[in-house]
Amino acid sequence: MSNVDQQSMHGFSACLALIRRDLILAFRSPGQTINPMAFLLMVATLFPLGIAPDREVLSELSAGIIWIGALLAVLLSLDSLFKNDQDDGALDQLLMSPHPLPLLVLAKVFSHWLTSGFCLTLMAPLLAIMLHLPSDAFSPLMITLLLGTPVLSLAGAIGAALTVRVQRGGVLLTLLSLPLYLPVLIFATGAVNASIQNLPYTGHILWLSVFLILGICLAPLAIAGALRVINE
Amino acid sequence: MNWTFFHKLGSPKWFYDISGKWLPWLQVISLVLIVVALVWGLAFSPSDYLQGNSYRIIFIHVPASFLAQSVYLMMATAAAVTLIWKIKLADMALKVMAPIGVSFCILSLVTGAIWGQPTWGTWWVWDARLTSMLILLFLYIGIIALRGAIHTTEAAAKACAILSLVGVVNIPIIKFSVDWWNTLHQGATLKLTEKPSMAPEMLWPLLLAIVGFYLFFMMVMVLRLRIEIISRERKTRWVKELVS
Amino acid sequence: MLKVVQLSCERDDRLLFSNLSFQLGRGEILQIEGRNGAGKTSLLRIIAGFSSSLGGDIFWNEQPLSTVYADFRLDCFFLGHKPGLKLDLTPLENLTWRAKLANTIINREILLAALDRVELAGYEDIPCSHLSAGQLRRVAFAGLVASPAKLWILDEPFTAIDIEGVSWLEKLFDEHTQQGGMVLVTSHQPLADRQGKLRRLNLEHFAAVCRGLPHRGLLMT
Repeated sequence: MSNVDQQSMHGFSACLALIRRDLILAFRSPGQTINPMAFLLMVATLFPLGIAPDREVLSELSAGIIWIGALLAVLLSLDSLFKNDQDDGALDQLLMSPHPLPLLVLAKVFSHWLTSGFCLTLMAPLLAIMLHLPSDAFSPLMITLLLGTPVLSLAGAIGAALTVRVQRGGVLLTLLSLPLYLPVLIFATGAVNASIQNLPYTGHILWLSVFLILGICLAPLAIAGALRVINE
Repeated sequence: MNWTFFHKLGSPKWFYDISGKWLPWLQVISLVLIVVALVWGLAFSPSDYLQGNSYRIIFIHVPASFLAQSVYLMMATAAAVTLIWKIKLADMALKVMAPIGVSFCILSLVTGAIWGQPTWGTWWVWDARLTSMLILLFLYIGIIALRGAIHTTEAAAKACAILSLVGVVNIPIIKFSVDWWNTLHQGATLKLTEKPSMAPEMLWPLLLAIVGFYLFFMMVMVLRLRIEIISRERKTRWVKELVS
Repeated sequence: MLKVVQLSCERDDRLLFSNLSFQLGRGEILQIEGRNGAGKTSLLRIIAGFSSSLGGDIFWNEQPLSTVYADFRLDCFFLGHKPGLKLDLTPLENLTWRAKLANTIINREILLAALDRVELAGYEDIPCSHLSAGQLRRVAFAGLVASPAKLWILDEPFTAIDIEGVSWLEKLFDEHTQQGGMVLVTSHQPLADRQGKLRRLNLEHFAAVCRGLPHRGLLMT
């Protein structure tokens, strides 16, 4: 019994070590975090230039623009999630660990979210101002981003694991992940737009939470399975 | 439980031999059914009181939509068999079914668009069904692209199997989300295929067409599967004897 | 103890070896030999649990390996072609995450001693991107020194290692086997046999001879 407890304790500390490692790495090569943020900023700039700088048009589109931009930015950052580990052999060490692989994978996805989705969320108010999002809609936007971007990391990590051996797999990763992202996009933008129209949006938020819970429970299994299969 | 029948069913050689006997029957029956259903539906069924003759495209559109969805379910089943029992034949089936599924998906979308022009006055409507079908097409394309990108046969097999299962878990979620989104944005849309009561003169040819399309799918799948078996087993003695 | 029975391996429609059986007991070194493409790496990756075999059984302490993977992984140290180090991290940081992942209890002193052992004392806080290929290998070997694993699985460990390094690596093997450890290693260069504990196994002897199989297996590996 105590043996089992000790094992799970170490599993937890292995997860912490992984998160710590990935955060140090992100800190030492900050481009991986900053580039998706810059990407999102530029995408948000393209829309007023491409459509119209009109306040009313933009405020109607802003939730969709921010969310689609965030979704694409997360996708960009996902390509290297497992590929770096595959390239330097760290993935073998991950697979050889006596700890449950789904748990370790969940830790990796969590640190990915911290360096991508979470940072994008922090940037969202700036974009909301740029795109004239009505101020009532700020808090639903932040809530949907906080609940939704982890799902993007989880679902996208399945694609990242499946394409870990594929050279220049970025486009393929996008193809595999986007269909999984649609429900999140629908409910997240739905919530923000509902709040703009003074409609209740609790239902949307609850559904997003359901997706997050489903993702946390199921995605690590699929990611772990994919990594084992691909790394034969 | 005795699994010999299961393993026998999974033997490529056995399947190749037995499917050679099924094939002519499948070909004849599916063609007869489709011809009868289409002639009946296109020429003899009464025209619709609302849509006139344009509704007749359902004799292709509806079976194609059925197939597009059920082929994905069949692929997911084959994926589960691939991962659990590791039967090679299941993976071969998974591989050859994907392009057929894509074809039915595209057929369903194109016929839907053609039907939309006279009924809605536009080629494309962001209706829940059309959108779901479009996303299903993306899921199919993803599986085919993944298999093309992985060079080792077995890794590709297992990766595609995992992706198919992930997709099949997601299909209900996607469908639900798209329905939700659609009701928010469009209100009630024309529900053309969900008539409360369809005249039997229309229903019978439609049912015949659906059965015919399923058999046609079986026939195409068996044909493709036989080619895949020959290509993957090309180094075995029985294939060498067969081709020499 | 590691026991391999009637193992066969297929890669990309090619049978690499078949009917391979061997045992690796406490205090033994087994060197896997064979020309390029004979399946040395494939064999190691099958034993380490990354890939599956076409047929045959592997036992760890008399238990089928597939049932005791968690125990096996606690007892096994795997080092592949790539050293598995993050170039942006220092040797100390790299050794720390690897030890945590392998469930090894370590502290700074142990790791510093291990780095000293592989003659990298003073390099502990220098980013690995500044080290040479041989030095990176040595960092990975420091992990080996600090690890309590009984079975070492090393794929071409002598790559990029200088002559001096080869001799202390062999000494490391000797110490490990004296303490009852096991070493499974692939290498092109012959290892010096110091105590009669070394055995060699040439995979080419198990290469598939028959062309045109009577019947391919219907199951995937």
